[in-house]
Amino acid sequence: MEEEWIPFRRRVEWSDVNPVPQDEGPNPIVPIAYKDEFVEVMDYFRAVYLADERSSRSLSLTAEAIRCNAGNYTVWHFRRLVLEALHLNLLHELDYLEHVAGDNPKNYQIWHHRRWVAGKIGADATVKELDFTRKVLSLDAKNYHAWSHRQWALQALGGWEGELDYCHHLLKKDVFNNSAWNQRYFVVTKSPFLGGLTAMRASEVCYTIEAIETNPENESPWRYLCGLYKDDTESWVTDPQVTSAIIKVLYMKANHVFALSTLLDLLCHGLKPNEALKRRTFHTNARGIEYTYDKFPFAKPTKYELPSPI
Amino acid sequence: MAESEQHSSAMPEITESQGKQWAVENDVFQIYRFFSSSSREDQDALLKLRRDNHIEYLNKGLRQLPASFCTLDANRPWLCYWIVHSLALLGESIDDADLEDNAIDFLSRCQDQNGGYGGGPGQLPHLATTYAAVNSLITIGGEKALSSINREKLYKFLLRMKVASGGFSMHDGGEVDVRACYTAISVASVLNIMDDDLVQDVGNFVLSCQTYEGGIAGEPGAEAHGGYSFCGLATLALINEVQRLDLPRFIDWLVFRQGVEGGFQGRTNKLVDGCYSFWQGGAFPLLQRLGSVVNEQLGIGTEEHTSISTEGVDSPDLSEDDPDHEGTSSQADKHFHPKGKGQTSDRSKVSLSDIGAEFLERNMDIPPLLQSAVLQDYILLCCQVPQGGLKDKPREHRDFYHTCYCLSGLSVCQHIWSKSLDSPPLPWAIRGPYSNLLEPIHPLYNVILDKYHEAHDFFSASEL
Repeated sequence: MEEEWIPFRRRVEWSDVNPVPQDEGPNPIVPIAYKDEFVEVMDYFRAVYLADERSSRSLSLTAEAIRCNAGNYTVWHFRRLVLEALHLNLLHELDYLEHVAGDNPKNYQIWHHRRWVAGKIGADATVKELDFTRKVLSLDAKNYHAWSHRQWALQALGGWEGELDYCHHLLKKDVFNNSAWNQRYFVVTKSPFLGGLTAMRASEVCYTIEAIETNPENESPWRYLCGLYKDDTESWVTDPQVTSAIIKVLYMKANHVFALSTLLDLLCHGLKPNEALKRRTFHTNARGIEYTYDKFPFAKPTKYELPSPI
Repeated sequence: MAESEQHSSAMPEITESQGKQWAVENDVFQIYRFFSSSSREDQDALLKLRRDNHIEYLNKGLRQLPASFCTLDANRPWLCYWIVHSLALLGESIDDADLEDNAIDFLSRCQDQNGGYGGGPGQLPHLATTYAAVNSLITIGGEKALSSINREKLYKFLLRMKVASGGFSMHDGGEVDVRACYTAISVASVLNIMDDDLVQDVGNFVLSCQTYEGGIAGEPGAEAHGGYSFCGLATLALINEVQRLDLPRFIDWLVFRQGVEGGFQGRTNKLVDGCYSFWQGGAFPLLQRLGSVVNEQLGIGTEEHTSISTEGVDSPDLSEDDPDHEGTSSQADKHFHPKGKGQTSDRSKVSLSDIGAEFLERNMDIPPLLQSAVLQDYILLCCQVPQGGLKDKPREHRDFYHTCYCLSGLSVCQHIWSKSLDSPPLPWAIRGPYSNLLEPIHPLYNVILDKYHEAHDFFSASEL
């Protein structure tokens, strides 16, 4: 709270309202040592909420309550009722949210509210939503809420045109960003302009295999590669590009876990291994046990003794 | 040195993901190095669960929280659940009867007159806080706590939250996601108020959230995530539709989430976090009991298999590949087929209200697919705050959420090798002294097993 904050009971415009204290009983558990300001704001909030007063002073009161606790979904819910009743220009609400979101990038309520507001505005909000999520993702490229919001905005409002480039941009910056790979999958499968998975598969496979070969220890493109063949097991096990990528990686490291895991998946789905693959996996087999220690170096008995079973 | 310099100049620049990952690995490995260089005596001390300190930290929280908790003012039933459940895992009940009454009284004030529980007195009813309140009351136990839940109105609240897609909305006009499905279905199941209207199309919604990676996302299109994956899997198990999920893919994604740190990450290429010891680790006791479904999906077993009986069905014996448990495979075999004989339960005949109880009786034909010893080490060595409470990872601070889910995950690990949840684990399954042993949980609801049984008896005696 700012220093010049004036208590509601001293504000003339609120003199007609009787604050309603929280009814938490004589001996509440998990009691919070609320600050005075918090108590007062919430007492006045409860008063207008119970009176269902959908006024502009209620609107500003909700902003104060949100400043106290942006996680109070009841306040947000009431704010939506007030906004609807007042027929205000909702573009201002987006600006307000941008201001609030700065301190709370992982708050469910703010993102949910934003989705509601942008949905009401419609197509006019498209650019704003894409820009806003881009801004949040530039600070935390894996913010789950931001990605969900962006996907919602693309589907509800549009703006798909630059999305594949955006994914590429993020992957160029950090190819380990699995959220960006997930978004890429979303665009490739859902964009109305790209023709879907079938049309995109060839170029996506090339893109992905290049990423795998540059960083074989990056799990994301391995999973993405498999995803590109979703519901098409036939192509998955017969595409020579997949097996040759595996062989290439196994050649560099005989016990590479993602290569082996992918190979195992192919075999489970009916792959008939060719000579090159058989030769490669023979080497792997010889070094099989090391894979476990690769993944769990501290499981090595030499590091410390695990209790032995009776 | 020269070699490593040459190596790094040939490599592309280190990305943000790599940098953060290596920093955490560094912290964690430092702890493990210190541990492995310690004497046996010191190792035992390091692995010891600081029971008394955790209990003290939790009890304090139950009685008083500082002003900084204002940001959790709409999550008070959650605070209650995290603390009460943690205490119960530690074998503690709330020590004085007054406090128990106070808890019941307070949660009653969070109960909405039209059903469901809000984040605090007078707040809108919300599915997540309803789950937290109901689980808290079950954990407190006893007639007074259990009968304080207005099931008729709660049922109506759940039905009001249902949306056209089959999912649930968190609250009136709230977000629709897999968390909402789980919290609604879990509550309906444990309170014995589940029916076809509630279940209608929930499965479709959850299935639409399974991603190409194999895990489950919060909403269709989003990224596979540990929290939502547990919620999705448990939801499908509770409505008896888990066979619709692509389980081999799910398992493949899940097992790779346990990293070199011993703990779990929530998403691919994200950092380890103690809370996923439960959200990811808690999926394994569910999978253990879904062997026949997995086998069916893999085409192992036969077409005429319509029952859950796994007699004669080969279970994959993965323990053979585990060098640290050499010689345990035969031991393990005995454990996985404890009830092999004559036990059949036709899936189609299981009524929705019995699933929670029936689930516990199922054969465990899949061995634990997680490394339970190293996960325990991560929790005990990297997440424990010696003064009490548990945390996300080294350098982070303790909180009640992480205390709850680290302990829940620890309990899962300790009991996962047992042939049944009712029998105490063998000493080798417990890292650290045997006194580290926590109470077992019901893996679908995450409440203490004893308390689940009490609630199950109480609510099955009274149909709505």
